[in-house]
Amino acid sequence: MTTIRIPTPLRTYTDGQTTVNVTGSSVTAVLNDLTQQYPALKNHLFDGDELRSFVNVYVNKEDIRALNGAATAVSEEDALMIVPSIAGGA
Amino acid sequence: MFSQVNIQNSPTTVADQVGHTPLLNLRKIAAAHGVPSTVALYAKAEWFNPSGSVKDRPALSIILAAERSGQLQPGMTLLDSTSGNMGIAYAMLGAARGYQVKLTIPANASPERIAILKAYGAELILTDPLEGSDGAIVKARQIAAADPTVFYANQYDNPANWQAHYHGTAIEIWEQTRAQITHFTTGLGTSGTFVGTTRRLKQLNSEIVCISSQPDTPFHGLEGWKHMASAMTPAIYDEAAGDGNIDVRTEDAYALARELARTEGVFTGISGAGSVLGALAVARDLHHGVVVTLLPDNGFKYLSERFWQEG
Repeated sequence: MTTIRIPTPLRTYTDGQTTVNVTGSSVTAVLNDLTQQYPALKNHLFDGDELRSFVNVYVNKEDIRALNGAATAVSEEDALMIVPSIAGGA
Repeated sequence: MFSQVNIQNSPTTVADQVGHTPLLNLRKIAAAHGVPSTVALYAKAEWFNPSGSVKDRPALSIILAAERSGQLQPGMTLLDSTSGNMGIAYAMLGAARGYQVKLTIPANASPERIAILKAYGAELILTDPLEGSDGAIVKARQIAAADPTVFYANQYDNPANWQAHYHGTAIEIWEQTRAQITHFTTGLGTSGTFVGTTRRLKQLNSEIVCISSQPDTPFHGLEGWKHMASAMTPAIYDEAAGDGNIDVRTEDAYALARELARTEGVFTGISGAGSVLGALAVARDLHHGVVVTLLPDNGFKYLSERFWQEG
């Protein structure tokens, strides 16, 4: 089963789940499955149909923007991560 | 053969150059965003600090306070968690003053920041990117608990953080505006800048209105800012210090960062653009006033971000 690790700020919207099992053969498909399971995530990840520009998705530690973007193929063995930007600062 | 020369009227160490940053007039961006011409909009350009960000102020204040109390002594290691800029400030000052600097930092910190930290010789402990800055805080606490020989600077809870702005930033703004400031606004990270500046400004003139800015949602791209309702709350945060809060959307800050660079010649980082968004929202509603905000750093450490090429 493909898995997606959820960053701390988004766990509010996944009932506290840190990892969610998803199905689909591309990044788009598994993210759609994720937002169908947890609809409150959708507006945090997408602007219309596009991933918001600060949302970074990694497949096995590779940024999808360095692969094939949202069309990047995903298999059942793959582990995805949604990585936030960093808070702290002033 | 060469003896020490007594240089007059020139800062001679990096620590001497912390603070006294310029106050920029953002006239063009104010006009473009519907601010009345009777309202002035100014911003402290904090990248003029020697390590390139506002964080030189709290880092120096924390180090000086710890030296005075004896918590930090020559040869010791300073430990803290950071999202980047505070670590860079510690690393610069630590190198200059003879301290080792050990930092916990999320592994997804921008490559520019990590490269700068390494250049100053800081020891980095990379933490889980999915845990964000809160994960770095937890790791620093664990290291501090296990090793009593380090000085844990703890920027989120250390009052010397906000005191840097109480004694420095606020006074500079007061003097640079010739006591004419009517509104102050800036974003919240540790909250030190907002809390310290606000406390002093309100003592100087209780009529000054102080508004903070925060990300509009827990998951955002405003590097350096915290969504207080969902993050670990810094002990120094005082929600009652100010008069209100403005929510900022990441994409709006990205767009304004580009606009500030292209129309005003002000190449600010993302948090600075977010702070200007907050200041514009305040200034638009006024008939008269002097609105001051703060630009924590410039854009050089964010050049790997894609948004500069968008729009």
